[in-house]
Amino acid sequence: MNSDFLVQWILLLPLAGAVLNGLGGLFLPALRERESLFGIVGTAVVAIPFVLTLILFLQYSGEAHVTTFYTWMAAGDLDVSFAYRIDELSLIMTLVVTGVGALIHLYSVGYMHGDPGYWRFFAYLNLFIFAMLNLVLGDNLPVLFLGWEGVGLCSYLLIGFWYTDLKNSAAANKAFIVNRIGDFAFLMAMFVLFKELGALDFGTILADPQALSQSNLNWVVLLLFIGATGKSAQIPLFIWLPDAMAGPTPVSALIHAATMVTSGLYLLARVSPLVLAAPQVMAVIAIIGALTAIMAATIAITQNDIKRVLAYSTVSQLGFMFMATGVGAFFVAIFHVFTHAFFKACLFLGSGSVIHGMHHVEHELHKKGHEGHIDPQDMRTMGNLRKYMPATSTTYLLSTLAIAGIPLFSGFFSKDEILFKAFEYGYSGNTYAWFVWIVGIITALLTAIYMVRSYVLTFRGKERWPMADEVQPHESPWTMTVPLWILSSLAVVGGFVGLPGVIAHGEWNWIHHWLGAPYGGPVAEPVLPAHGGGFLAIEWGLILLGSAIAIGGVWFGWRAYDRHGLDYDRKISEATGRLYGLWRGKYYWDEIYDRLVVQPLIRGSEKLLAPFDEYVVDGIVNGVGHVTRGAGQVLRYLQTGRVQNYALAIVFGVAVVLGIILFG
Amino acid sequence: MDLTGAYASLGSDLGNAFSLVLLSVVGLVMVVWDSLRNDHRAIPWIGVAASVLAISFELLRMPGPAEKIFYGLMWAGGYASFVNIIILAATAFTLAISVHYLDRIGHNYGEVYSLVVFASAGMIVLGSANSLITVFVGLETMSICLYILTGLVRTEEGSVESALKYFLLGAFSTGFFLYGIALLYAATGTLYLDEMPAALAGGAGSEVLLWGGVGLLFIGFLFKVSAAPFHMWTPDVYQGAPTTLTGYMSTASKASAFAALVLVVYHALPAERWMLVLAIVAAATMILGNVVAIAQSNVKRMLAYSSIAHAGYVLVGIAAGTTAGYSGALFYLLVYTLMNIGAFGVMAALEWDGHVGQKQDLDSLAGIGYRKPLLGVSMGFFMFSLTGFPPLGGFIGKYAVFAPAIDAGLTWLVIVGLLTSAASAYYYLRVLYVFWMKSPEEEAAPALDQLMASPLSMSTSVVLVVCAGLLLVLGIYPGVLESTTLFFSDSAAAVAAIR
Amino acid sequence: MEISLDWYLALSAVLFAIGVLGVLFRRNAIVILMSVELMLNAVNLSLVAVSQSIGDLSGQILVFFVMSVAAAEAAVGLAIVIAIFRKKVSVDVNDFTLFRY
Repeated sequence: MNSDFLVQWILLLPLAGAVLNGLGGLFLPALRERESLFGIVGTAVVAIPFVLTLILFLQYSGEAHVTTFYTWMAAGDLDVSFAYRIDELSLIMTLVVTGVGALIHLYSVGYMHGDPGYWRFFAYLNLFIFAMLNLVLGDNLPVLFLGWEGVGLCSYLLIGFWYTDLKNSAAANKAFIVNRIGDFAFLMAMFVLFKELGALDFGTILADPQALSQSNLNWVVLLLFIGATGKSAQIPLFIWLPDAMAGPTPVSALIHAATMVTSGLYLLARVSPLVLAAPQVMAVIAIIGALTAIMAATIAITQNDIKRVLAYSTVSQLGFMFMATGVGAFFVAIFHVFTHAFFKACLFLGSGSVIHGMHHVEHELHKKGHEGHIDPQDMRTMGNLRKYMPATSTTYLLSTLAIAGIPLFSGFFSKDEILFKAFEYGYSGNTYAWFVWIVGIITALLTAIYMVRSYVLTFRGKERWPMADEVQPHESPWTMTVPLWILSSLAVVGGFVGLPGVIAHGEWNWIHHWLGAPYGGPVAEPVLPAHGGGFLAIEWGLILLGSAIAIGGVWFGWRAYDRHGLDYDRKISEATGRLYGLWRGKYYWDEIYDRLVVQPLIRGSEKLLAPFDEYVVDGIVNGVGHVTRGAGQVLRYLQTGRVQNYALAIVFGVAVVLGIILFG
Repeated sequence: MDLTGAYASLGSDLGNAFSLVLLSVVGLVMVVWDSLRNDHRAIPWIGVAASVLAISFELLRMPGPAEKIFYGLMWAGGYASFVNIIILAATAFTLAISVHYLDRIGHNYGEVYSLVVFASAGMIVLGSANSLITVFVGLETMSICLYILTGLVRTEEGSVESALKYFLLGAFSTGFFLYGIALLYAATGTLYLDEMPAALAGGAGSEVLLWGGVGLLFIGFLFKVSAAPFHMWTPDVYQGAPTTLTGYMSTASKASAFAALVLVVYHALPAERWMLVLAIVAAATMILGNVVAIAQSNVKRMLAYSSIAHAGYVLVGIAAGTTAGYSGALFYLLVYTLMNIGAFGVMAALEWDGHVGQKQDLDSLAGIGYRKPLLGVSMGFFMFSLTGFPPLGGFIGKYAVFAPAIDAGLTWLVIVGLLTSAASAYYYLRVLYVFWMKSPEEEAAPALDQLMASPLSMSTSVVLVVCAGLLLVLGIYPGVLESTTLFFSDSAAAVAAIR
Repeated sequence: MEISLDWYLALSAVLFAIGVLGVLFRRNAIVILMSVELMLNAVNLSLVAVSQSIGDLSGQILVFFVMSVAAAEAAVGLAIVIAIFRKKVSVDVNDFTLFRY
């Protein structure tokens, strides 16, 4: 089929779904009750584009193809066109977005059942898919930015989906504000690029990195990276992601695990020729990624909220991906995006299934007259759920093993490749890569431990909720378990697209051949000196080391938590002492921001503007916006209501105009 | 002047001025119809039909170059057609949304509609004038009709009061305007706009008379478009007038006054000297309109200040003094007309206080988006467009007036414009915040509940949807903007020949 | 003796200024209306004088338009004043400040 035609419908269907669901729900209140209608439309408009993308993928000729629908604005040099690029990178991202997206839509059909905002949810979710597709398919930075802002908006709307709860609105606002900082950096990068190169389409800006001076290039890459830290939750802008779990769980799975948060990685992979030409910034990227990875992993060990564990785990895995980017292994970062999408989406959906079951428990307890409240997300009140939710338990376990990196599961291949690339880059003489590699090894161990902890605490041991012999959760409906099974199967086998270099000298590493620039793909790679003959043994050694760490971590976690249960947390806390407090307190990032940024801002503005307050503005003045407001409040009193004052103003105006025109 | 065969071209002139003739005749028919029959339900629809007919005529006429008719008193075709389309569209929309609204407030008189039509006829004369006589006659025809329309709700003290203010200040500014005409006449010896450059080139008249005259002439226009500091009547009058008619006043009358201003500066005046005045006035207008709008709680009054601010944006385009700037200004007027008529239309449909919207504040409309989704969604279009968000017409409009100003070296003015439009997001988006995200108070006003229970009138819905849809189309396909640039390039050669 | 154009223009300017001052400082709405009429007629004087001096008739034609417009304006204006007098029993413009700020 004609690829222009396919691209058109891949983009238009989700948009049409968003419009149909939104307008239908808004204007036909009678229709809102018919949930299946919204569910079917919402899922179909994502599933069909997935099929269309598959067709595009299968008939892909190896030649990047740009489709320009029309030019929106052409002014001087600036030419903003709705142009979309089909190449290896965008195809693989589109497959993930629509494929995982379709499964999560299907899952939401069951998960959101009975919610009064059912139609709204599907409208937002479809809109998100549309924006995300603009992000990954756009052929120029303005279209990418349009998608970038669009996913931010949808994320904001969906985090605050249950907006009647003030906490959720606060989380949504936090995500919004933090992301604005990143977006500002992105915009600045765009301005620099446009000023220097006079164009913003990828064909031009990636053609020759030498067209920019080295300092400009460094700035562009650094600014883009700052933009990426906002969207992809890296230090120092990661603080919004854990709070974003306030949204419905499918949202966490789709937006805050599988797709939106990886857009920063996509952006860097897309501009990889520029990144490679800025080695100092690459070091920054790698180190920030490594620090984020280990920091989030240590926090994850101490969390009791099942979704928060997964949230910090996501931050940590994103750190891994940035590590790969920072050592020039862009295709490996995308490989990890690919496998991570499967197992992390499966884990989140599994946690959603658990929460669904625990909600039922809470509900039943209330009916039975039980006083007090249980938190359906708290792992401390769960336990032994595998007895009641076998499908959820099995799929969760499979994905846990995948993320822990047990050999032959998908996470094993992608994570090992990242560690190997870090090692190789260090071996080739880039010292910082050693640091990254060591941090990566430790984080991999921690990952295995905290993920097994979350599995064991949730699904094994004894039931810990009150009246457990009378009230039990039950397995979720098929619309929820089918996506779980599909995703967990992919989490098991997904890694085979990227077999490591020790097998057939990397000839079977399909994803490398698909994406890598040496094979005609869009993702650039650094040129490393050839290694000696003994390097193959080192490679094998590293694989064995990685496997040992994963297996050891899982074995340790399993033994510790299956035997001691929650008590083991106490043991860890005694062994690590104040360090544990630091982890539990999430390194006090929120408090530090509050002290260093938020409070001074508020205090400063109060002190400076206090004298005006008494006379000018009622209430509290705390920001620049209020100064404008204050000016408005003053100026409005010029409007006295007396017609002769107005006439006087006219005469004044006459004097001014005549003065300027006659003597100016 | 040789008067042999004075009526020879009358037939073709009347044909060229089809819209004007049609509106005048239809206006008379409406008056007669109203006095002969007790039932005036059909009257507004006669006006709508006439406007639509005239729009289709002007659409056919628009691609050709503008030509002089009635012995050079007026222009027809080209940009004159474009301006007429804006005026006629505003007329048709206003007539359609007023029917239900005036019924509801209990002031549905037949002559209202004929007054709107007569005012539109005046605007057409003003917006396509080529002589200061036609400018004056058009301006006054329009103004007198608008004075009456403002005071329509005789039972409401506010309405009459705002009519008095509008009238006194309007007449006052007319005095200056007319004095400007006299001085300009003394300086150039002609009242025809396109003859002035030749007269000036001949060295006739004194500098003081000329520029004093231009300055005073500007006062009249700046008053009508409510630019600072001649804007002070605007908030009071807009708040007091019936809401749908406020929408009409704020769009059509501004469009035609701006069009006449463009004609004056384009045809009659050598550039440079007047640019600075307009630039300074534009800056003051943008700052004042936007800043004071932030402090308003009554939506009608807020929209009044917003319309002041938008007059500032249009002035930025005109102050650029280039044909690109003029065409940008004309395009902006089209966009502005759509979004402002829409916004006032929504507010008219939400008016529950029984005092022509003079008393109700924004917060009383919390959560209205879910109760009347059409109003909420279309208000979203209008507010985003007024703020200047892509991909709506407002964005392209701002681009169309700001870009020529930068080319003309008025970067400081554009910076003021961008900063103030950023500030304007605060009050525009607050409307949407209240409509969609604010939970209604425990006890809503009973009058509001009653209003919510009754369905929206069909004509209002259609107008709102059409306005919102056109804004989206203008934002996504900015081809219309390119067509406006052609208007001036066509006749620019002719003007150069005269100079 | 021929009176030069400047004298006409000066007289017209003085009359116009008197009209402006009347609008600015008189309280009675009807007197303000009369002051506006004075402004218009001052302009008429200029127009006629200029028209006569340069030998072009269109200025005098404009005067006829001004006169008829002024009549129409006066009619509408007085009607508005009557309407507001019925409501407030006052024609003092300082009493009409319902809308402000």
